[in-house]
Amino acid sequence: MTQKETVIRVTDLVKNYGSFQAVKGISFSVMQGEIFGLLGPNGAGKTTTLEIIETLRSKTAGEVEVLGLNIDRHADELKKRIGVQLQAAGYYPGLKLDELLLLFGGLFNVEVDIQALLARVGLTEKRKAYYKQLSGGQKQRFSLATTLINTPEVIFMDEPTTGLDPQARRNIWNLIKEIREEGCSIILTTHYMEEAEQLCDRVAIIDHGKIIACNRPSVLIDDLLQSGFKKEAFIKPANLEDVFLQLTGEQWRDN
Amino acid sequence: MNPKKQYSQIKAMMAMTRASFTSLLRSPSAVVFTIAFPLVFIVVFGFLSNNSLKLDVALIPGSDTSEVFLSKLSTIPGLQLHQQETSQSIEEKLKRGEYEAALFIHPKSEAPLIFELQLSEASMQKAQAFKLMMQSMVNEMNLELNGISEKKVLLNSRQVSGKAFKTIDFILPGQLGFSLLGTGVFGTAFVFFNLRQTLVVKRFFVTPVKRPYIILSEAFSRASFAMAGSLLLLLIGYFAFGFTLANGVFTVIQLLVLSLLGLLTFMGFGFIVSGLAKSESSIPPLANIITLPQFLLAGTFFPISAFPEWLQPLCKILPLTYLNDAYRKIAFDGNNLTDVSTEIGILLLWGLLVHAIAVKVFKWE
Repeated sequence: MTQKETVIRVTDLVKNYGSFQAVKGISFSVMQGEIFGLLGPNGAGKTTTLEIIETLRSKTAGEVEVLGLNIDRHADELKKRIGVQLQAAGYYPGLKLDELLLLFGGLFNVEVDIQALLARVGLTEKRKAYYKQLSGGQKQRFSLATTLINTPEVIFMDEPTTGLDPQARRNIWNLIKEIREEGCSIILTTHYMEEAEQLCDRVAIIDHGKIIACNRPSVLIDDLLQSGFKKEAFIKPANLEDVFLQLTGEQWRDN
Repeated sequence: MNPKKQYSQIKAMMAMTRASFTSLLRSPSAVVFTIAFPLVFIVVFGFLSNNSLKLDVALIPGSDTSEVFLSKLSTIPGLQLHQQETSQSIEEKLKRGEYEAALFIHPKSEAPLIFELQLSEASMQKAQAFKLMMQSMVNEMNLELNGISEKKVLLNSRQVSGKAFKTIDFILPGQLGFSLLGTGVFGTAFVFFNLRQTLVVKRFFVTPVKRPYIILSEAFSRASFAMAGSLLLLLIGYFAFGFTLANGVFTVIQLLVLSLLGLLTFMGFGFIVSGLAKSESSIPPLANIITLPQFLLAGTFFPISAFPEWLQPLCKILPLTYLNDAYRKIAFDGNNLTDVSTEIGILLLWGLLVHAIAVKVFKWE
């Protein structure tokens, strides 16, 4: 394997809201082509961290570099090269999906192949639908389509599968893996551990604004086992989600 | 990795303008406030547009209805003579002011000939006018019957303005202003509040577009929409109701320039409301505080001179007053933009003031 370059480098990042310290000096790096997960309970500082790196929020202290660009000095240049899926984004009211994609094409100054883009996220038939008419999974897929418009080198996703049913979630996972196959690096937040385990090459676990662990999921699990941890109950080699997906099928449901 | 290509904010702005315009066309409230409401008022007042005096007078049963009297009466302009009405119903209608007066012509038996008038207190002004007309008719009849043809005293009068100032000439400019007030204040307040609340602008912030261009795009789309609305109202007024356009197309262009200026001023109010509103439901009351007084007091429906004197100074600080005045001076009097520089100056002052406040209170997130 060749030496991968670092696409995101976060050093001693601090964010204060008044007297409250939301992020207390965290450091981590994301490598090119990696799917990197920020895990943690609600309010741990995941979204704040992500939004600082995306240039949406100002930081109190620390250094952040994305694609070799300092986010303080090169935010404008950076915005052209990254793709961001917000946790809860809204889209311009009263516009159909194709019109929205055209709008984002304009915002990024790129030509959009609407048909191809919608096909990629399985929304070909929804071309003339309004965003608010979409189901939860479709909304997330559409959101992902807007993120891909400028063929970004790094994609940020804030809780891409929260609130989705198991089929929709697996569908999003597949899309994320496909995007990574094309050489894109992805950093995402989630509080679903099985999602992190399935999807992420490395994860950082954040709690109370600090990274308390950062490694490959399998290494973290091995470490835990080595420390003498034992699960109380015997785990069957399948779980209820496997039963559910066996019975209902893995293909996504749209309605 | 990416080829270095110059990013164009203008291109991004055009995309947003187009999006916003499409959205506006699909928004029922925008269409209703900009076009439908003003149009309703124009149509209603356009059909009421007979501003000549109309006098309803009943002929009391038992009157002498000889042709000679009736033809004399028919020379009174605007007189609508109601015959075949019972005394009781005449009495009631007089009390309600539906009739200005009731006339009884004593059946001719001997001299003198007597016209008897009952005047309605509920419609005193018109009743008095009718009385004067009757008086002059009676005077003439006296001269005629006495065989006096040489007149010693004459009254000459002539009408000044050659053009008739129709109701539509007053109402339509007011409705143009009303339409702009609606889109400018309500439309702008709602759209920016909602774009902020539903995180649409947040999504824009992670694209390379800069914030001022987001505002500009919204201003452009709203301006195009409002100009199209103004033009439509002007055309309907002109073709359907004979609205006076003193210098034709040139007048229309100048009116549209005024519309643009008015809209930009009112959008400032909209930005302020969107910044101050804590929730969507607090937008209408806030916006009404701004629009309602102007709607009523700025000469939209009634001339300002119709208000009591203590109220008039208030009327004379409202920006819409000056927009309406300028509209009327240009449309009816045939003035040019340069002739209404006072009105434009006051509007600009308002514009500067509200936009300065807007900059302070406007919120992006």
